[in-house]
Amino acid sequence: MYYLKMIFRNALRHRLRSGLTVLGIVVAIVAFGLLRTVVDAWYAGAEAASKSRLVSRNSISLVFSLPLAYSNKIRQIDGVKAVSYANWFGGVYVTEKNFFPQFAVHAPTYFDLYPEFVVPPAQLRDFQRDRKGAIVGRRLANTYGFKIGDSVSLRGTIFPGNWEFVIRGIYDGAEKKTDVSQFFFQWDYLNETMRKVAPRRVNSVGVYVIGLSGADRAAEVAATVDATFKNSLAETLTETEQAFQLGFVSMTEAIVVAIRIVSYLVIFIIMAVMANTMAMTVRERMTEYATLKALGFGGGHLAALIFGEAAVISGLGAMLGIFLTYPLAEKFGKATGTLFPAFRVHDETVYLQLACAALIAVIAALVPCWRAARVRIVDGLRNIG
Amino acid sequence: MKQNTQAVVEIRNLAKAYHRGGQVVPVLTDITLDIAAGDYVALMGPSGSGKSTLLNLIAGIDKPDAGSLRVGGVDIVTLDEADLAAWRARNVGFIFQFYNLMPVLTAFENVELPLLLTDLSAREREEHVTAALAMVGLSDRIEHYPSELSGGQQQRVAIARAIITDPTILVADEPTGDLDRASAEDVLNLIDRLNRELGKTIIMVTHDPHAAAKARSIRQLDKGELAK
Repeated sequence: MYYLKMIFRNALRHRLRSGLTVLGIVVAIVAFGLLRTVVDAWYAGAEAASKSRLVSRNSISLVFSLPLAYSNKIRQIDGVKAVSYANWFGGVYVTEKNFFPQFAVHAPTYFDLYPEFVVPPAQLRDFQRDRKGAIVGRRLANTYGFKIGDSVSLRGTIFPGNWEFVIRGIYDGAEKKTDVSQFFFQWDYLNETMRKVAPRRVNSVGVYVIGLSGADRAAEVAATVDATFKNSLAETLTETEQAFQLGFVSMTEAIVVAIRIVSYLVIFIIMAVMANTMAMTVRERMTEYATLKALGFGGGHLAALIFGEAAVISGLGAMLGIFLTYPLAEKFGKATGTLFPAFRVHDETVYLQLACAALIAVIAALVPCWRAARVRIVDGLRNIG
Repeated sequence: MKQNTQAVVEIRNLAKAYHRGGQVVPVLTDITLDIAAGDYVALMGPSGSGKSTLLNLIAGIDKPDAGSLRVGGVDIVTLDEADLAAWRARNVGFIFQFYNLMPVLTAFENVELPLLLTDLSAREREEHVTAALAMVGLSDRIEHYPSELSGGQQQRVAIARAIITDPTILVADEPTGDLDRASAEDVLNLIDRLNRELGKTIIMVTHDPHAAAKARSIRQLDKGELAK
């Protein structure tokens, strides 16, 4: 208790200096937390991907489609429980900056394969009955104020024209990590429209989503699917949904790496600032440490006092930083709209923030501790502050 | 209280030199001195005569280059850092020129500080501290921080801290050097009382002949040697 009192009073001795150092740590911890959350959001799609689903696409590129006829052949493969399909739509809602993922999906089967998209049964039925019906995620609905019954117009880029939809359902995520920012509409609507305006593009599927009878059969089924369509006009590349999502992330890997580096750089900078604060503090108190040593206190006592003080300053900064990370991440998530599928602070991020704060305290106190423990008493006593 | 003739400090052929820029500067040369238990010795001499160095050696906060130094029967030259620290905690009370109190601790907590290295309970520590502060006349200042006390009061807190563990010797380095005449007189009287009433062995370094006159004996140092 005595030592704790001493540590806290020492930490508050130069309030402006300690306050500014705490502020610096708060900024660093918040910045670190937000940058980590951005990285996590980048991987959210892959993280939310199921292990018991495969995605099959054209082996040349996603730009090329697959024939609708593959659907029945895939369904007949041993280990396949269900098959659905989808096309990336890539439309624009009002302006280009309103980005959100839009998919034309096979309405009767798609949501059976995605139990994490929780749609009230009545809404799902309404969607399946209405060719122009659409189901949107809760976050997307909240962002743009979509309500059931609203008409939504998208300007097609891959599929030209103005496309009219009616919101028939809003889905929620079964888990926090579920992407609730997507827009689904009927693949039949897309196909029928293509039949009229671009007959060559009819009966084309962007990706097949394959539900497995067991996650352990993923490799075997993927190989069988690809073997089935080998030497055809449209060969397939089949992989787990997670691998498929990671394929997208890898395209922007350099950005993710840069964000990671910046997040650790921020911690390194504040570590240097904190080390400077502790070095100044110990230099000013060298006479006190020499006095303590003269009275019989050992290097361990001095180290505990210095480490303790660094821990108090760093801990205070970390607590405030972590406390502020949540509302700031929420604001950041709202500001970025539906750019990220899910923008939430993971528990691992908080643990990392705490670990960084502990590391800052330890590194900052290390050299000052060594100096205080090593100082000769007579030299320290001569150092009148 | 009567002085015990048995030597509590036994110094034989003690030598100490400093190394500055490759040069060896002798500070103490062949010092031999006995200080009896209960004695009150003033070490005097011009600046650079080695009196503070001798005090530091006796207090165990510096190491000699040669000679032997026994305090309370313990050859402190042979002790390692950890043992020396433990020995100081039990056997030496320090009174510094600039008091060297911890600014973040109250008078009570400053006096309590050396007792943290003992096995005393919190209640026992409180009793000891209260008694020590009463002895130096600061019972009404126990919750005051050093910055709220005058120089004389701070030095009295430092004296209470020095005697709290009932050490074998008290070492005082210019204890009145930072005080006005009245406060210096109070502090000297207090140190004198510690010697006469409690039988404390006191070794004091001073420039001030008035302060030295309070001691039972005065030893003069000049150029690192004790005057005969």
